[in-house]
Amino acid sequence: MAYSTIADDARPMHHPKTWVGKYVWSQDHKVIAVQYSVTAVLVGVVALVLSDLMRLQLAFPGMLKFITPSAYLQFVTMHGMIMVIYLLTALLLGGFGNYLIPLMIGARDMVFPFVNMLSFWVYLLAVLVLMAGFFVPGGPTGAGWTLYPPQSILEGTPGEHWGIIFMLASLAIFIVAFTMGGLNYVTTVLQARTRGMTLMRMPCSVWGIFVATILGLLAFPALFVGAVMMMLDRVIGTSFFMPALVSMGQQTNYNGGSPLLFQHLFWFFGHPEVYIVALPAFGIVSDLISCHSRKNLFGYRMMVWAIVVIGVLSLFVWAHHMYVSGMNPYFGFFFATSTLVIAVPTAIKVYNWLLTLWRGDIHLRVPMLFAIGFIFTFIHGGLTGLFLGNVSVDVPLSDTFFVVGHFHMVMGVSPILVIFGAIYHWYPKITGRMWNTLLGQLHFWITFLGVYAIYLPMHYLGFLGVPRRYYALGETAFIPHSAHVANEFITIAALIVGAAQLLFFYNMIWSYFRGPKADPNPWGATTLEWQTPETPPGHGNWGPKLPVVYRWAYDYSVPGAPQDFIPQNVPPEREPLRPVT
Amino acid sequence: MGIVRRLTEKPWLSPGLHLATEDGAEVRALPAAAVGLRVYFGVATVMFMLIGIILVMRMGGHGISEAQAPDWKPMYWPPLLWFNTAVLVLSSAAWEWARAAAQRGRTRGLRAGLIAGGALALIFVIGQLVVWRQLEEAGCGITATTMSAFVYLITALHGLHLLGGLTVWGRTTAKVLAGRDAAQVRESVELCTIYWHYLLLVWIVMFGLLLMI
Repeated sequence: MAYSTIADDARPMHHPKTWVGKYVWSQDHKVIAVQYSVTAVLVGVVALVLSDLMRLQLAFPGMLKFITPSAYLQFVTMHGMIMVIYLLTALLLGGFGNYLIPLMIGARDMVFPFVNMLSFWVYLLAVLVLMAGFFVPGGPTGAGWTLYPPQSILEGTPGEHWGIIFMLASLAIFIVAFTMGGLNYVTTVLQARTRGMTLMRMPCSVWGIFVATILGLLAFPALFVGAVMMMLDRVIGTSFFMPALVSMGQQTNYNGGSPLLFQHLFWFFGHPEVYIVALPAFGIVSDLISCHSRKNLFGYRMMVWAIVVIGVLSLFVWAHHMYVSGMNPYFGFFFATSTLVIAVPTAIKVYNWLLTLWRGDIHLRVPMLFAIGFIFTFIHGGLTGLFLGNVSVDVPLSDTFFVVGHFHMVMGVSPILVIFGAIYHWYPKITGRMWNTLLGQLHFWITFLGVYAIYLPMHYLGFLGVPRRYYALGETAFIPHSAHVANEFITIAALIVGAAQLLFFYNMIWSYFRGPKADPNPWGATTLEWQTPETPPGHGNWGPKLPVVYRWAYDYSVPGAPQDFIPQNVPPEREPLRPVT
Repeated sequence: MGIVRRLTEKPWLSPGLHLATEDGAEVRALPAAAVGLRVYFGVATVMFMLIGIILVMRMGGHGISEAQAPDWKPMYWPPLLWFNTAVLVLSSAAWEWARAAAQRGRTRGLRAGLIAGGALALIFVIGQLVVWRQLEEAGCGITATTMSAFVYLITALHGLHLLGGLTVWGRTTAKVLAGRDAAQVRESVELCTIYWHYLLLVWIVMFGLLLMI
């Protein structure tokens, strides 16, 4: 019983004629991907500027008069929330997921193109509501990206009147958008693979995005429930999370709620969120490393299984974010153990990347530079994770700059390096143009060395006990003068790295108009997206006939082959069609 | 081919077109929309399950010091809730009727089943709104007690899901009334039926949980 999906529909596709139909209200996954990516990057630039402002305040307290203590907390909150959700999640799943899934599995589009379009517009609405928070009376919320009640909705926290409402509303809207997109990605992978594309022939990028999407679909409801309940607490006055308390000398009407319940809900979303961001990055970087070292991916099956195992395990570790919130010591033991168990599949992945590089024909092109940079930053961030995963070590380090250094390395910098690598890698396919290599290399080296200059000293500050989220350190006995010098150093590095991103934007925009025409397959890659009849791929991706897949995605340097790669859609020579044994 | 076998395939060993998956028949045993709907059931189940867990923990006094006065009061359960539950059961049954009619191509039965299913669901939604009113009058408004806050939250989220289903119902019914063939709407009738059963199950589980605690 074969139902036709959009992927193999024999009827002629509906081709939009007008400019608006093609580029604005588009149902084409490639256009939606670009819309998602551009929106995410623009809002990410806002968050980048906020981080530089925060750094300026930390290094030179009081230099900028408009950074008041309230404003500082608001910058912290908005920076975190934007980067984690509105940039990383949206860019990796909405952007790369949309672009790569149909092209890599040989489909014409997502299975529900209309829902896909809706997903972007609802996401845009979420971004607009979030940004509107900057302009409401009192400004955006300053509760920290974790939004812990009760303080997040009580007087004394910046933006407790309107900012928090806009934040919660925006999160709820984002989750609706993500769910619409996520249903599409999962169903497309399950339903729309072309002939011959078995699950284990899918490139790791698709696997990473697929598992991350499932994870998102399971985890985001927790944030949704938390946001709705907190919204009710704030607006209507229920007491889901609010205990009986006195605020500003006044007894509030709240009674009996438990702030810890929100923490559980938040981190039941929050920890998988790390992997929602990391798994697509793992998948993409596997493909980049294999392609640019002209070698098959070492341990492909292990890589896929590791992605799945990490995804499953990540649902059982959330309370390691709550060691200092107070919990039964046995729970701490359980969550520390499950946290450390994740190190096993993750280490498998790291070793396999290294073994893929081992004796490969490594081409240090710009995407590869970023991929190798990722291995460095990820190992680094992963190792500090071992410290924080242990209760006894976490307790003194909690809420210090050590934590800031750790999670920026592991889930800030690492996925961002992969995103840069991926953009450089697929840019020729997306635009049909080539970027400038020198600018790309410059961008890499400044960013890569720069992030080490920023985040390594933070670990040292953390050991000294410098707390995070503090507007200014002031004069304290336990913080030596060297900490202030380190802070100034970090800030200068952060400003340089921030400014260096202009190289990237300039390169991308200039190349789009003036770059040399790109070869359809400049890297000699095997995966299907490089085998499209047109570059950039046209509407419907494949022309009249869908590609047929005959092999896995990593046939690089096959002995005896005429080229050093065999695309997935090249049939084996002299090999007849044969049944599976 | 089972999932384990699929995931243990050694893809580098056997280039070629695998006949077993050649036409993808096995992969596409269901239409895409049916798969999408089932994935959504997963999402909604997680959401309602989390609310259920929070309800149990919250009523159990999670994280509350013993010095604090208990914050719950006896709850008033309007008898109308039972009536509404029966209406939702009937609505699901009407959908089942519509599905059977659609499968056999009986347009009249389909029309009757659709109208009954949708109308009963609408009555359910209106009934829930009346329950809200009655709760408020009985002093169990949304902010009055912990339990009533959960009742409002659960009925609201469940009702919103039902309203979403009703929009699809509206489109399908309009097509049928405009004289479309039963075969043309069969897929959406089937999906709606499953969706209604799912929402009935959610309601029964959540209502039962609320009553039991």
